[in-house]
Amino acid sequence: MKGNIIKYERDNIDTDVIIPGQYLKVHDYAELATHAMEGLDPDFHSKVKEGDFILSGKNFGCGSSREHAPIALSHSGVKAVLALSFARIFYRNSVDGAFLLPIEIEEDAYNGISEGDEIDIDIGTNEIKNLTKNQTYKMKPFSEIIGKIIEAGGLFNYKP
Amino acid sequence: MNIVEKILARASEKSQVAPDDVVFAKVDKVMVHDVSGPGVLKVFDKLKNKGVDVSKLWDPSKVWVAEDHFVPSAEKVSAENIVKLSNFTKNYGIEKHFKYGMGQYGICHTLSHEEAMVMPGDVYVGGDSHTNTTGALGAFACGLGHTDIAYVLLNGQIWFKVPETDYFKLNGKLPDHVMAKDLILKIIGDIGTDGGNYRTMQFGGSGIDEMSVESRLTLCNMTTEAGAKNGIVEADQKVVDYLSSRGATNAQVFKGDDDAQYANVYEYEASEMEPLVAKPFSPENVAVVREAPSVELDKSYIGSCTGAKYEDLEAAAKILKGKTVKIRTEVLPASISIYKRAMENGLLTIFLDAGVTVGPPTCGACCGAHMGVLAKNEICISTTNRNFPGRMGHVESETYLSSPMVAAASAVTGKITDPRDLQ
Repeated sequence: MKGNIIKYERDNIDTDVIIPGQYLKVHDYAELATHAMEGLDPDFHSKVKEGDFILSGKNFGCGSSREHAPIALSHSGVKAVLALSFARIFYRNSVDGAFLLPIEIEEDAYNGISEGDEIDIDIGTNEIKNLTKNQTYKMKPFSEIIGKIIEAGGLFNYKP
Repeated sequence: MNIVEKILARASEKSQVAPDDVVFAKVDKVMVHDVSGPGVLKVFDKLKNKGVDVSKLWDPSKVWVAEDHFVPSAEKVSAENIVKLSNFTKNYGIEKHFKYGMGQYGICHTLSHEEAMVMPGDVYVGGDSHTNTTGALGAFACGLGHTDIAYVLLNGQIWFKVPETDYFKLNGKLPDHVMAKDLILKIIGDIGTDGGNYRTMQFGGSGIDEMSVESRLTLCNMTTEAGAKNGIVEADQKVVDYLSSRGATNAQVFKGDDDAQYANVYEYEASEMEPLVAKPFSPENVAVVREAPSVELDKSYIGSCTGAKYEDLEAAAKILKGKTVKIRTEVLPASISIYKRAMENGLLTIFLDAGVTVGPPTCGACCGAHMGVLAKNEICISTTNRNFPGRMGHVESETYLSSPMVAAASAVTGKITDPRDLQ
């Protein structure tokens, strides 16, 4: 899966900046997308392209259980978030609702990948290739259940 | 097994579970509110389009519904969400719907304990991250998103990875003017906002045994801010009595085994605790009140599932009695039952005499939605649980998190104030 990186070099990007509380009443996915990342980066909506990836630090998606957060990113075109770690509900919502792939990375990828780099993620080999810089990094493999739910296309398609 | 392992083993019909096991747990209670309810209905619509039968819930008697985030409705989208919620409960035969303007209603987490809807040993899931609150009743209480709640409503079960448990032990009784809020801020300051990620935070020790159920609810509530899957306190006689006084006479003491295992044990000496605040823009950005920055506050907010239970209002009233507030101050009791007790016991008169505005139960301003949000550059001291950028209003407003006593003392002086220093 190939895409270009939008990088936020910071930890603890919380759900209040991914989709501010005033939009919790909104359940139209396309409208939510227009407010994605509004609390941190008001230009996000104009710069994000279909198939982009977000790269960030530790504890991405901390805060509320609002599924609006992965929905807003996914419907903006974001196919994966690469982060040093994820908050649990954001991670779970992303996978169970099949909105986007939460990819856990190591410091080498976090430091090595820059804004705009073209990346190729292979969840079969757990490798991330930086096509712009010709570097390769390891991603942390998904746990067994997460891998199976992703493969099934979300929790409702998964047969325990 | 510890208490969480015992609950998850029972719920998944296994004799034994251990951390990292993946189980499908049968759910005992489910909650949705006016944000997650319409979100779940959106998932139902998607499923229906794929040919999935969403005409019946697995067990409507185990589901309850709260109106809290956007009541009273400030505009038409919120009003329409309340209509959607009413149609949902009517169409699916859900009887427990706590409606704004019709007797008891309030913040979902507050209703879970005020209405004794969750029992020790239950698996309780809610479409809200602060569902962790109710772990103070000795339940496995965990917040989930819309897809997961939709799955539970249709199937009655959901997957969990059995969490590792960290045990937070409080030795001795907290001193006067130091509240459970101060202890949980201290803990979050120590372990960080990801320190409990994917884990259980269990509270115990002589200080927790001494603590009221309401104080334990404050502790479990903010395990969410440490990223925890759940917070929990073993259910003792106090919990049984608390639930019984609210009409649930079948609650029983429920604890882990004597040989329960914990990944880490953290010890705190109650006598060393003092009033704290979490400075902008993170709950882990903790400072002692007496060393907090000397900022001019614009507002004091005493509300939310974290800081507007009866005991919280009582603590604030003790500080505000006979005083006048220097800044805009709001008290919003977290449920109608609490509102009524506060009225009957004279707390509301104390607040009104001090110049405070008393509002209806709502999540409103806590999540920056409505009912008193902050303007650009405004600074608020608040008994709520989060202070991320923009959480309570403008992205350039600031929130300091504190106990109800600190918020009340600060309301009187207009600066961040230790209640022990108030003349």
